[in-house]
Amino acid sequence: MTAALGQDGPPFVRDGAPLVLAPLRRQRSVLVHRALRSPALIIGCAITLGLVLVAVLAPLISPYPPDHQDLYNILSRFSSKHLLGTDELGRDELSRLIWAARTDLQVGVLAVIFPFCFGTVIGTLAGYRGGWLDTVVMRAVDVLIAFPFYVLVIGLIFVVGTGTTGIYVAFAVVDWVVYARAVRSTTLVVRESDYVAAARTGGLPDWRILWRHVLPNTVTQAVVYLTNDVVLVIVAVVTLGYLGLGVQPPAPDWGTMISEGQEFLTTYWALATLPGVAVLVTGLGLSMLGDGLADVLRPR
Amino acid sequence: MSAAVLRVRDLTVSVGRGTRRHVAVRDVGFEVPAGGSLGVVGESGSGKSLTLRALMALLPAGVHAERGVVELAGEHLPFTGPGARRARRGRLAMVFQDPLSGLDPVQTVGAQVAEVPRRVLGKSLSVSRRRAVELLRLVGMPDPERRLHVFPHQLSGGMRQRALIAMALASEPKVLLCDEPTTALDVTVQAQVLELLDDVRRRLGVAIVFVSHDLAVVRQVCDRLAVMYTGRLVETGPAGDLLDHPAHPYTLGLLEAVVDLDDVDHRPRTIPGMLPDLAHVPTGCPFHPRCRFASEDCAGEVPPLRHLEGGESTRATACKYPERVVKR
Repeated sequence: MTAALGQDGPPFVRDGAPLVLAPLRRQRSVLVHRALRSPALIIGCAITLGLVLVAVLAPLISPYPPDHQDLYNILSRFSSKHLLGTDELGRDELSRLIWAARTDLQVGVLAVIFPFCFGTVIGTLAGYRGGWLDTVVMRAVDVLIAFPFYVLVIGLIFVVGTGTTGIYVAFAVVDWVVYARAVRSTTLVVRESDYVAAARTGGLPDWRILWRHVLPNTVTQAVVYLTNDVVLVIVAVVTLGYLGLGVQPPAPDWGTMISEGQEFLTTYWALATLPGVAVLVTGLGLSMLGDGLADVLRPR
Repeated sequence: MSAAVLRVRDLTVSVGRGTRRHVAVRDVGFEVPAGGSLGVVGESGSGKSLTLRALMALLPAGVHAERGVVELAGEHLPFTGPGARRARRGRLAMVFQDPLSGLDPVQTVGAQVAEVPRRVLGKSLSVSRRRAVELLRLVGMPDPERRLHVFPHQLSGGMRQRALIAMALASEPKVLLCDEPTTALDVTVQAQVLELLDDVRRRLGVAIVFVSHDLAVVRQVCDRLAVMYTGRLVETGPAGDLLDHPAHPYTLGLLEAVVDLDDVDHRPRTIPGMLPDLAHVPTGCPFHPRCRFASEDCAGEVPPLRHLEGGESTRATACKYPERVVKR
């Protein structure tokens, strides 16, 4: 049989008409075209990119170190020396905002990495394998989803301890369920598809089918959710900071800044409001990016 | 023709268990010679696709092969368990009905065709890739080198079906099971794919089992035909002879229901009634309530598939009164 395949016989198309093919490059650019026509994506991208730049370049662009105290200028208003004023300890508000972006983005992103990976893998396995694994995983998901998110996270942080470690552990325990559930349901569909059946009849081992044919088709589901989840998690990190359970002072964090600043709300509004605006802009940017991505990647 | 490469005996497939158990395929048996082709025809729900899936050990959950022997080149193939897939590997391959869902949307065509040579047959990367090009060329894919890097959605339906056939051939099978491979294609492309399958059979000596409800299609591709109704074989024989001189009223009914494009005045005749569902298959000959030749004793017991007297010995029918079956 191999010998027969080796010979270069005439092609088997008998109608003889040469096929005219669209340039292959063009199809790839369809995605770029769609992206350019989606204002949400562009604005979201710009905001997110800006934030990431600010966070990464914090040591270079912030006028002062985040914990530098200017004790002659406590609670000062906007001035050329302190563009956005100072807080009650004389720390430069703009510098704190910039460094807080660094902290909160970093913690938020790190906190979703484990849930994303674990949830995707376990959801795929549960959906593909079925049986007891599926039952156990799905019951665990049900139990975790039955609890209000914040109650569970706060409870876990009390057990593990406040600070970033507490946040990472709490999210690792709670947040994977959403990925697992979304990915499992997609896996159930993919598992029954003809291409998986074809791979099986070809004699490929299960791990290979999972890795090459199931996971790449289910992971998009998780990625779309990831962009939404990062927003939720960053807001959660800020919320926990506000409650005093998250990032611990003196490390700069928008949540802590809001809670410390609200004491002075009537005398100096900017201290609590500016970090709030920062959270708002971050959330908006990431949400728009997520929606835009989902829009562009959605198959048509 | 040489000895049978695929031999199926008493294959019985049922859906559900216990009191909910219904038999979807009952005592089906056939043989396919090496390099031969068998067409299995019947309406939707006649059990033809389940027969094929049982052969391939791809039965959906809740459906199982109860009984029956499948022999490939003399070797017994189990229906379940880890041995099922191993025993079929590299010898039995399937071409699916829908060419789009048969290809993984996120892998390039080249990756998918080269996957079996690379991962299952253990060839090197460059050999597998060369093999993928050969296979794509064999199935008439124009410009195969470039097609390696293309994704399934960038191909037309006919090209996708060719890619699927190339994938199935990649494991160098002895028998190719085709589950209505042309149903999702338009007529001109359908003709090309049929020619391709025929070419593959002649050039590579791969036997083909072809499931279809399209009589014109099976006539073109198959040496032998098996007609199924309510999970049973009701008639078997050489394709041309069987279609020209049907010996079972169901076969005749299928033929009369075909629209004749050359004769506009000819009105296709429908088979009265509906295909009974699995839970309510009539007693006796399952076709008798819809049969215009039936007499009372047709409802008595199930007529077995038996060889036609007089005619060719290779023909068999499950009708008690094959002599009554005449075209009107």
